[in-house]
Amino acid sequence: MSTKNRMSGNEALGEAIRQINPDVMPAFPITPSTEVPQFVSNMIANGQVDTEFIPVESEHSAMSAAMGSEAAGARTITATSSCGLALMWEVLYVAASSRLPLAMCVVNRGLTGPLNINAEHSDSMGARDSGWLQIYAENNQEVYDNMLMAYRIAEHKDVRLPIMICQDGFITSHAVENIMLEDDEPIRKFVGTYEPEHYLLNADEPMAMGPYANSPFCMEAKRAQVQGMMNAKQVILDVAKEYAKISGREYGLYEGYRLGDAEYVLVCIGSACGTIKDAVDRMRESGVKAGLLKVRVFRPFPGEEFAKALENAKAVAVMDRAESYTGHGGPLGAELMAAMYRNKNKAEAINVIYGLSGRDLTVEMVCGLYDQLADIAVNGTKGREYQYLGLRE
Amino acid sequence: MENTFNFKEIQGREERLAPGHRMCAGCGGTITVRNVLKALHPGDKAVVGNATGCLEVSTFMYPFTAYEDSYIHNAFENAGATLSGVETAYNVLKAKGKVKEDYKFITFGGDGGTYDIGLQSLSGAMERGHDMVYVCYDNGAYMNTGTQRSSATPMYADTTTTPAGKCSAGKPQYRKDLAAIMAAHNIPYVGQTTFIGNMKDLYVKAEKAIYTPGPAFLNVMSPCPRGWRYDAPDIMNICKLAVETCYWPLFEVIDGRWIINYQPKNKLPIEDFLKTQGRFKHLFKPENEELIVLFQKELDRRWEELLTRCNA
Repeated sequence: MSTKNRMSGNEALGEAIRQINPDVMPAFPITPSTEVPQFVSNMIANGQVDTEFIPVESEHSAMSAAMGSEAAGARTITATSSCGLALMWEVLYVAASSRLPLAMCVVNRGLTGPLNINAEHSDSMGARDSGWLQIYAENNQEVYDNMLMAYRIAEHKDVRLPIMICQDGFITSHAVENIMLEDDEPIRKFVGTYEPEHYLLNADEPMAMGPYANSPFCMEAKRAQVQGMMNAKQVILDVAKEYAKISGREYGLYEGYRLGDAEYVLVCIGSACGTIKDAVDRMRESGVKAGLLKVRVFRPFPGEEFAKALENAKAVAVMDRAESYTGHGGPLGAELMAAMYRNKNKAEAINVIYGLSGRDLTVEMVCGLYDQLADIAVNGTKGREYQYLGLRE
Repeated sequence: MENTFNFKEIQGREERLAPGHRMCAGCGGTITVRNVLKALHPGDKAVVGNATGCLEVSTFMYPFTAYEDSYIHNAFENAGATLSGVETAYNVLKAKGKVKEDYKFITFGGDGGTYDIGLQSLSGAMERGHDMVYVCYDNGAYMNTGTQRSSATPMYADTTTTPAGKCSAGKPQYRKDLAAIMAAHNIPYVGQTTFIGNMKDLYVKAEKAIYTPGPAFLNVMSPCPRGWRYDAPDIMNICKLAVETCYWPLFEVIDGRWIINYQPKNKLPIEDFLKTQGRFKHLFKPENEELIVLFQKELDRRWEELLTRCNA
């Protein structure tokens, strides 16, 4: 049964983690994800979970201990943001290439330069090539639901990859919203227990992990790893279907909002999608066929599905809450446009950088963007291919 | 704990580091690993950790492993944290009944991965009190990448980043005292040793480190024939001279109590140790005589400090 409640995105994570009851959590505090290890520590102190908390001395050690713990055969979780994720960088690759299905709550915040604590995707976008699955949430409900599905996806025998459950710092992590929570029993049955095939503490079969593997073997290992990523697309959909049977809420690789007949489409990740949905409704009221493609799954990158969903669009704006410093656009822009090219889409496409370091995105700004797309559909992009939205002149 | 030492029985124990690995002939690191693992009682299970370095790339080249026990390598600077994760997982899985057997946790790192890049990770793991042993096989430089200086490199050593030359007498700084830093963590056991005689000192300390509950640290001087530049068979003599000159004192810190294990009756001059190795060859040029005096002076100061700590 579902119960209505109200809580912040971080509290929703805490509730999901309580229900999952993972074995080990190494973590180091960093705003805005700090509450997550605090909640777990409290639950441990009050006997609500069997989890062991490792109060590591850095995020590098958090990811290192997480790798060791998961390799030993324990279901492991950690949480971080921004520079904390950056400090983990090296070990993210080790965890993924060791095919360890650990989970990490990423509360997205910009990487330093200048120091800023607010929402931006530069942290997890920077880790986009580390071999981790990445699922992003628009709101607190999705944070909760995504967390509950995380281990089922990561631990699936066709996947066996670590997973990041991402949400926007403060915007969802600290804002309180209504949420539907599921009962413990069906959730625990759904999540199941972790039964790894190979692990360090299997007395019947000692194993060695983390080899030195040179050119005769490394390329095959990497190809096998990407197969797990490819397989994940179907697994994510299958797990979502199963979860829907419990919760009534079903998720795809993306969410289309008034997308079917849309001529002008924004493609976006995370909490800004809520604002864009309001703008879409407003544009539709004035007769403009506006729509939204909300990217939920970024790794694996469902390029084919995204491109197909955009086949009927006349003009597309790809929204990036992260700068790539390529001088050419942001990460989502680069990947989505490549997918559209491969699919031979006809639409004009531009890349819009917005919301850096927590800069607000308003409905009015988005409506202006739809107006721009209508003009681009007729007159072409004309130097507007890569632009900033909400920048003070 | 009973520290009986039966050389024949111990050396007759099954090798936990199998032959066929690719470490150099005469490598001190290999001697350390073999002997530390022999201190595990027969039948006891262990997970062996390892920082990136010579040892890792030579003992676990895919698809072969030289370890009879479960083994984990993560990266260069995080052997302490990685094994702390394994040990925590063990506690949880043991409590849940998912793991039935008793395990010991031992990790190896060179001085690069321990004194330098891995110091924070090691410090964190020791401070948190994980029941594990961290063994540093200290060969006094970054040997895997070709003998660059580390904070464990002795003063004046000729390394590839502190080369002796017309304007340089080798490494300008004294070496870091890592065993003292570890003792300052107030962990139950710290031991410093090297290869002496029939390896009794190494064995006894390894056994204490492994079977003392809580975190333990072992610092083992493990000469490297390539980096130190000596003939491989000279290793035992070099270790003996390191101890007889008090360059490498043998001591333990048990629950905060400092214990000196060996005091030479006639402390030999440091030249006796230095002249066995090519890395100190430049010190024996007439114009560098003064440097040996300075080396001796610092060595004497540290030896006296150690004796004071040990109330000896």
